Amino acid sequence: MGSAVTDQNAQEPSRRDFIYIAAGGAAAVGGAMFLWPFIDQMNPAADTLALASIRFDTANVEDGQQVTVMWRGGPVFVRRRTETEVAEATSVDVSVLPDPDARNDNLPSGSPATEENRAAGNGSLLIVKGNCTHLGCVPLGEAGEYDGWYCPCHGSHYDTAGRIRRGPAPENLGVPPLSWTSETVVQIG
Amino acid sequence: MSGPSTYEPKTGFTRWLDSRLPIVRLGWDSFVDFPTPRNLNYWWTFGGVLAIFLVLQIITGVVLAMHYVPHVDYAFDSVQRIIRDVPFGWLLQSLHANGASFFFIAVYIHMFRGLYYGSYKAPRELLWILGVVIYLLMMATGFLGYTLPWGQMSFWGATVITNLFGAIPVIGQSFTEWLWGGFSVGGATLNRFFSLHYLLPFVIAGVVGLHIWALHVPGNGNPTGLDVKTKNDTLPFHPYYTVKDGFAIVAFLTIFVGFVFFYPNALGHADNSIPADALVTPSHIVPEWYYLPFYAILRAITFDIGPIDAKLGGVIAMFGSIGILFILPWLDTSPVRSMRYRPIARWFFLIFVVACLALGWCGAKNPDDIIIAMGSDAEGHATGFTVLTFAQILTAYYFAYFLVILPVLGFTEKPKKRPASIEASVLGDKAVQPAE
Repeated sequence: MGSAVTDQNAQEPSRRDFIYIAAGGAAAVGGAMFLWPFIDQMNPAADTLALASIRFDTANVEDGQQVTVMWRGGPVFVRRRTETEVAEATSVDVSVLPDPDARNDNLPSGSPATEENRAAGNGSLLIVKGNCTHLGCVPLGEAGEYDGWYCPCHGSHYDTAGRIRRGPAPENLGVPPLSWTSETVVQIG
Repeated sequence: MSGPSTYEPKTGFTRWLDSRLPIVRLGWDSFVDFPTPRNLNYWWTFGGVLAIFLVLQIITGVVLAMHYVPHVDYAFDSVQRIIRDVPFGWLLQSLHANGASFFFIAVYIHMFRGLYYGSYKAPRELLWILGVVIYLLMMATGFLGYTLPWGQMSFWGATVITNLFGAIPVIGQSFTEWLWGGFSVGGATLNRFFSLHYLLPFVIAGVVGLHIWALHVPGNGNPTGLDVKTKNDTLPFHPYYTVKDGFAIVAFLTIFVGFVFFYPNALGHADNSIPADALVTPSHIVPEWYYLPFYAILRAITFDIGPIDAKLGGVIAMFGSIGILFILPWLDTSPVRSMRYRPIARWFFLIFVVACLALGWCGAKNPDDIIIAMGSDAEGHATGFTVLTFAQILTAYYFAYFLVILPVLGFTEKPKKRPASIEASVLGDKAVQPAE
């Protein structure tokens, strides 16, 4: 502290130096702690989180039909695929996929994006989040060159297992956390 | 540039005030007796135009907020109510919505003026940087405001733009949820966007204060790019430039109110007359016209660059295209400010302006649209020169202009002869020769 270059005690921190640094440090930490509530308040609130899971009865979803349900403010596609569509998805070699990760919240990350790892675990049902992984548009069902989904915004094509095949989207459509509460009722989230 | 103050308080009250709070003196020195180069052309009037539009946007916005309801169930209807039921609401809403567009028209002219005449060069680097900060704040404010009517384009524009942040590695997902206050654009998002949309214009006003302060230290640049040397090079701001700026402002406002009264929706998008629906995406999402060039740059990056995937690459390119303006003062190596005397640079500048406009055109198109058809592929789809390819070429030029052309030209270009002084550039031989 200070400008006295010849001060004998210049190397030896004084009580004043300690108080100065301690006060400055306390002010910095206190300031940061005071700031935190103002940042954290922007995160999803308790009532938003409470609505984060829903139940849906899949019994009425017919073969080849897709139903869109709202989950966390966005669409989730529940699609009972035809045998041909499942066969189409099974026949694909994982190594040709742009995104080889299953993107399934029920499996460890890095699981291969095979048909089994993508399906909802109940016959031919497929349940995927309905927002394109590019910029969040809602893809159109049973469209595109791979018979799965086609996103009209920037031209991403998904196959019948909701896997990205062509276009700017970086990831497969995500499979949300699923648990079957009965034979036909699924809990999403 | 500002010499000793020439303000002389004439009454007892102004003398009393001047010795306590010299605010009248500040106004006098800044806007009445401020020495201004005598050769400013009409490209220099847009600063004044912008000040008027900032005030207009704040006044109309404050009034609209008295009628607007920031709730997902009422937002769309409350805007329709403002337009249909509130006395003069149709006028206030139209002034505000079209005001944003004309604010951007004026700021783009103002920025291209700066680029052509080298307004960013020493000693005005900070003045330029503050201007880029204002521009970024304007973009943020415009984006937040466009969300508020809660139409389809509002909702999906907000969804696409906030999803851009999902491209950030590791924290992307939690960061976007933090922005949204939920798991998608929704009620929490609308509330906070309204709050921030109300806040940011006042931040802009603050930075505008700094921008004008930084302008009044070196004083205005001018079309010759020469420094002011003598009193003969300048004129007092009032009445010369108050009148010139005033005329330009009236002319610009005339075009503006033409839109407000006769084409109030010409600059908007039809899809925004449909209430927001989280389950239906419009077939073709486009941002407001003033973001289109950057949207085109975002979509031009369709390839991975090393470890950076295409999505993140597009986001980096888009923000980089504005970020690069911050370091422009150090990228342009030419000591000559005005491109009037830079025979090669002015051509590259002209191409740059055309490239920016063309990028805007690409931003409004579908990337896969074909501009020049050239045969078809094996599956029978038409092939050819696409909007995407065009946008990629233009994006390359945009960055090359700043990173290659301006740095290199400073060394290779031979500038034309410049006039002896600002006065000589206006009066020619009749100029009083400065004493040696």
